[in-house]
Amino acid sequence: MIRLERRPAPSRAWAWATPLLAVLATMVAGGLLFAFLGKDPLLVIRTIFWDPILGEFAFYYRGQLLVKAGPLILIAIGLSLGFRAGVWNIGAEGQYIMGAICGAAVGLAFYPLEARWLIFPLMVLAGGLGGFLWAMIPGILRTRFNTNEILVSLLLVYVAEQILAWMALGPLRSPDGAGFPGSRNLRHYDSAANHELISGSGMHWGLVAAFIAVILGHVLLSRHILGFNIRLAGASPRAARFAGVNPGLLVLTCLGVSGALAGFAGLFEVAGPAGQINIDFNVGYGFTAIIVAFLGRLHPVGILLAGFLMALTYIGGEAAQATLGVPAAAIQAFQGMLLFFLLALDVMTNYRVRIDARARA
Amino acid sequence: MDLGSINPVLLIAALLLASTPILLAAMGELVVEKSGVLNLGVEGMMIVGAVSGFMAAVESGSPTLGFLAAAAAAAVLALLFGVLTQVLLSNQVATGLGLTLFGLGISSLMGQGYVGIRPPASPRLELPVLSELPVVGPVLFSQHALVYLSLALVLGVWWYLRSTRSGLILRAVGESHEAAHALGYSVLGTRLAAIAFGGALAGLGGACLSLVIVPQWTEGMTAGRGWIALAIVVFGSWRAWRVLLGAYLFGGVSVLQLNLQAAGIAIPVELLSMSPYLITILVLVVISSDKRRAQVNAPNSLGRTFHASG
Repeated sequence: MIRLERRPAPSRAWAWATPLLAVLATMVAGGLLFAFLGKDPLLVIRTIFWDPILGEFAFYYRGQLLVKAGPLILIAIGLSLGFRAGVWNIGAEGQYIMGAICGAAVGLAFYPLEARWLIFPLMVLAGGLGGFLWAMIPGILRTRFNTNEILVSLLLVYVAEQILAWMALGPLRSPDGAGFPGSRNLRHYDSAANHELISGSGMHWGLVAAFIAVILGHVLLSRHILGFNIRLAGASPRAARFAGVNPGLLVLTCLGVSGALAGFAGLFEVAGPAGQINIDFNVGYGFTAIIVAFLGRLHPVGILLAGFLMALTYIGGEAAQATLGVPAAAIQAFQGMLLFFLLALDVMTNYRVRIDARARA
Repeated sequence: MDLGSINPVLLIAALLLASTPILLAAMGELVVEKSGVLNLGVEGMMIVGAVSGFMAAVESGSPTLGFLAAAAAAAVLALLFGVLTQVLLSNQVATGLGLTLFGLGISSLMGQGYVGIRPPASPRLELPVLSELPVVGPVLFSQHALVYLSLALVLGVWWYLRSTRSGLILRAVGESHEAAHALGYSVLGTRLAAIAFGGALAGLGGACLSLVIVPQWTEGMTAGRGWIALAIVVFGSWRAWRVLLGAYLFGGVSVLQLNLQAAGIAIPVELLSMSPYLITILVLVVISSDKRRAQVNAPNSLGRTFHASG
């Protein structure tokens, strides 16, 4: 008879092994999925995971990899703090949108003034603030009225999408756009543009921010009292209260930080790769970042690696779509599958599998 | 603006139908949560139900087969969640989210060749004589069969949870899984059954959307209805009749805002479109601000992992 026995402490070896095993299992299951779609599974897997890094056109894809990984890492770092403390902000997509709208609005308000030293920093601040305030809505409702932050933060994504559409068609619409939806392109406005720092590398300020977030996140969790409190509240809310942790403040901090980081990510995206506020601006980074956070074991360094892996599935997925005709939706299913395998294999981290030779009485 | 173009009788008749997907999904989730499991994957199960039902109905030409396929497909997906959370003891919040993300992906993959097709029509159930009555006729007696089914389910779930032995066991499992386990009831079996039931209803709700209300398949067509269903279970404080009330309230808001959009009222369309979500949040706040009542009604073991040691 097979049974599970709780480990006294989670296994460190398994904690690092499960993401790798989950990726392998997803490749196998994904390969089956692609075979079912009538594609050569090995070829598809190679196109997704190998070619963008080491294939013929890797020089183009490598830059794209950074562009996609930036927002994923930035958002996931913020989410991981909350997830560790048992605060579930799943509305990062909405905070990302609001950050982009607020930041872009500030930039557009100055148009066509050229003063990069003033405008770009102000936009970054506005972006962070936009995401922060949007995340404060579920935060304050949770602490003040005991409302479930999971549902509120998620429902606010749909509200943010409507605001985005309204902005793209109304207040922020480009006066020179000949009636087309969408704001002015910020990339053509030097004071507001988030240009590549090294041409052709894909490296922009959003990635710099992501790397800083990884480092600060690591320091916070391993060295700072707030990081300790976050981990304590996640492991044992009761012990945290005895230790004098203010639960309401912790909720607000976690939501605020993750909202602000998502807002930054939105701003860097709208001023750089996306270029403008438009109806189809958001592409689901806020949701994929949830997978990134879990795949990275809620650990900053892990999230850095997971962010690149997820970015790879986006890039490779696009390549597979272009060259092999693999539907774009297959990649989304593939990413969801990865989270499933990770959660399923995680049982090994917390439990031992015991096989009893004799049937137990 | 032409508010006179809004016909109150048709509005109420449309409301009952528009609320049905949410009501079905919320009834399923109510049973799941009563058994102590929080399944945040309602949105994913609904959309998988929507696409599978649509495909089955188009291929077979029979809407009934479509509804059955939708319920079955979503129940299978729900059981995936069940195995992960109950057997492999994964975190319910994370797994539920994963279910939603996976469901959204796999549904658009499945529905690739079905965009823009019209499904076979599933006619309303016109009750002879009664449906000819003024006002009550169109409102009560010429609805789609799923509307009646959803109302019967409210009655059935209420009766099941209140007055049957197995309903009592299910509630016991949800209140204290340790105690239920000690008494010899199967926590695992009860919860898996509840999860499958919840999945089937969510799938049925999704198919109601793609086969009856819209009726068409578009990617992401559930548009947050699964999340609203989750919110309605909280709003209804885990009671069947209040969940019914909640579902109709939100059906009302969404039908009304669509009518206002059509009437060309001078409010931005986006503001009207976001109103169902905003009102859901508002009502959640009102309900949960009464801390004591929220705690009394919520199942005690909700969202907690059960591991029978020894």
